Amino acid sequence: MTSEELLQIAETVQAEHANFDYEVNVCMGTGCMSQHSDKLKATLTKEATASGKHCHVRQTGCMGLCAAGPLVLVDPKNSDKDILYGGVHEADSYELIASLDAKPVERLLTRLEHYFDGQQHIVLENSGHIDPEKIDEYIARDGYQALVMALTEMDPQSVIDQISKSGLRGRGGGGYPTGLKWGTVAKAIGPQKYVICNGDEGDPGAFMDRSVLESDPQRVIEGMTIAAFAVGASKGYAYVRAEYPLAVSRLTASLREARRRGFLGNNICGTAFSFDIEIRLGAGAFVCGEETALIASIEGLRGQPRPRPPYPAMSGLWGLPTLINNVETFANIAPIIRKGADWYAGIGTEKSKGTKVFALTGKITNTGLVEIPMGMPLRQIVFGIGGGVPDGRKFKAVQTGGPSGGCIPDEHLDLPVSYEALTNVGSMMGSGGMIVMDDTSCMVNVARFFMEFCMTESCGKCIPCRAGTAQMFGILSKICDGKASHADLDLLIDLCDVVKHTSLCGLGMTAPNPVLSTLRYFKHEYLEHIDHQHCRAGVCACGTKDASQLAAAEVTA
Amino acid sequence: MSVATDVKTLVIDGINVSARADQTILEVARENNINIPTLCHLDGLSDVGACRLCLVEVKGSPKLNPSCVLKVEEGMEVTTSSDRLKHYRQTILELPFAERNHVCSVCVANGHCELQSLGQSQGLTHVRMPYRNPQLEVDASHERFVVDHNRCILCTRCVRVCGEVEGAHVWDVMGRGIDSIVITDLCDPWGESSCTRCGKCVQVCPTGALFDKSKVGSPHPKYPEFLTNLQVMREASREGL
Repeated sequence: MTSEELLQIAETVQAEHANFDYEVNVCMGTGCMSQHSDKLKATLTKEATASGKHCHVRQTGCMGLCAAGPLVLVDPKNSDKDILYGGVHEADSYELIASLDAKPVERLLTRLEHYFDGQQHIVLENSGHIDPEKIDEYIARDGYQALVMALTEMDPQSVIDQISKSGLRGRGGGGYPTGLKWGTVAKAIGPQKYVICNGDEGDPGAFMDRSVLESDPQRVIEGMTIAAFAVGASKGYAYVRAEYPLAVSRLTASLREARRRGFLGNNICGTAFSFDIEIRLGAGAFVCGEETALIASIEGLRGQPRPRPPYPAMSGLWGLPTLINNVETFANIAPIIRKGADWYAGIGTEKSKGTKVFALTGKITNTGLVEIPMGMPLRQIVFGIGGGVPDGRKFKAVQTGGPSGGCIPDEHLDLPVSYEALTNVGSMMGSGGMIVMDDTSCMVNVARFFMEFCMTESCGKCIPCRAGTAQMFGILSKICDGKASHADLDLLIDLCDVVKHTSLCGLGMTAPNPVLSTLRYFKHEYLEHIDHQHCRAGVCACGTKDASQLAAAEVTA
Repeated sequence: MSVATDVKTLVIDGINVSARADQTILEVARENNINIPTLCHLDGLSDVGACRLCLVEVKGSPKLNPSCVLKVEEGMEVTTSSDRLKHYRQTILELPFAERNHVCSVCVANGHCELQSLGQSQGLTHVRMPYRNPQLEVDASHERFVVDHNRCILCTRCVRVCGEVEGAHVWDVMGRGIDSIVITDLCDPWGESSCTRCGKCVQVCPTGALFDKSKVGSPHPKYPEFLTNLQVMREASREGL
């Protein structure tokens, strides 16, 4: 494959698209599919054929605004104005097709207002615009140009230099400089090296990686292949959790397509470089998102972390040098190579470059996927893009970083989003889940929910995490039930300190964070439960009723 | 110069020591009579860094490091005991005591239990957290041995000795987190498993979780030293070939 051939494919695709007067894109992400967008697409296709209009009904990936699904984007070829419909059902098909050459269907139009204000799509640039199962559509939007460029015009070191210069940091949550990691693996010596894509997204309320894999899988494959070229790996593994069947099937289909087009396999693009990717399914353990546990899982062992060092860069999969990055990290690679490191480094803050995809959930009007440049204040994300808290309720906190993160109260909402800023206020960037809570959430109960999550997801290997999270969960339950004393609270704080500093892996080290951050900003709620058996949110029944049922509903609502 | 002959100098608790480059802090500390408490570590088995009792402070590192897997480095300054470490070790020891049923007075390993003696040596006078008192199974289906899950601290020494030394891999861990449990084969009764009846697991078990039926009612000391002897003999026979 050469860049001329890429261009040719792109032209063919554009010519095909030009045959139609209208493009009707139906979102086939998991969110919209759960509302039967697949049936909607079938009916739209039928209606379109019956109408005799030159209309192309096709599936695309996630369009972002999951709250308004199923989404349909109408793209008339004779105008620049795309129309985004929300809440479209099969019964609306006829009306929608009939409206193509007339006025848009008013009642189905999405009320977006500020949803796209300030968003900048790099990782999501193709999401909702291409059919994720068609590699040629990806190519028509500059896909695989970066790979061809890297293989034919660059050497591995200059690829690594570009990534380093771009300032890209690991998007899985840790924020380790990607270029540095690549450089380390490139320097490590071994008869074989591996590239692993971590798609074991397990934080409650997070669905960024799922959407990227469902909407634009080729982007991840291209990123992994460029990484493999840079570090000298010949084999890759995409570790995706089995709970994401749609992502797995699209990735499987995309790997086949990529092989067919010669972007994977032997002598890629006519060079000496060979690389292929195999999918491994996660069996539902949250801890397998931890890199050493993930590697153990790929090896067929029990998914448990091991002490680092040695880091996977030196001794990873089967003891060989291994590069392991998150889905979103790989999704950033192609644009960086294509548009240059300086372009990427121009976005974001001094230490956190580029954009970050967040999954907005909880008590927020516009539930969905957003991609914003680093440095945007949290307030703009929650109240601007997110549309604020619905039903006239009062904002209380936004939870970031999943079970490893913390709750950020109103007073810190003007904080610009970056790795350092979020850590400073006791939370963390995490993989990008953002759960908004209003005054109907009890912060003690929220802490308890996350502690229960960590307790059940602990692998059980090290004592502090295995037994410590269970003890902390017990104390938090006692507080919720209004049966705790100040001595219990002191013990809880002490256990937080011990578990945080003595656990083996990131799961245990960060498990106390939800407690610590809620104690930092909402200690009064803890004290109200203890001293007055009172829960201001009315969630905990403080002795009269078991609150455990309400905890899960709290966060997943 | 090969790695094995590379020698490093470092400071442990203010004492200047030298070490081979492939040694761990724990090994070097013990060579120099500096005691670091351990529970999952056992000479002759691979290290897993799971019990977290051997955590030490390394100057310049923000994290605490498990000395059983921490390799020596030139100029390293290690502190193996401090008020902070002491507090952490005591709390970590409290956790297994509260996790299952460790009632020393009625335990077969009383007086010969590593958890018990660690509690004593680390100055653990009481447990601050509530005992969870789970009701766990006692499997006495084996003709010679018994596994009492109520006494198990999940150090996985049995798993490692069976897989690494005996080569049978009968033992493994099932379940996650607080529900983890050691099992034989695919959770079959021990007596019906592929156990070779060598008894190595019983000898390495630090508590009364694995014990010999013949020792019930009498002192039950364990002799894990056989591991290092075995290692020496195996190495010698390999070299002899």
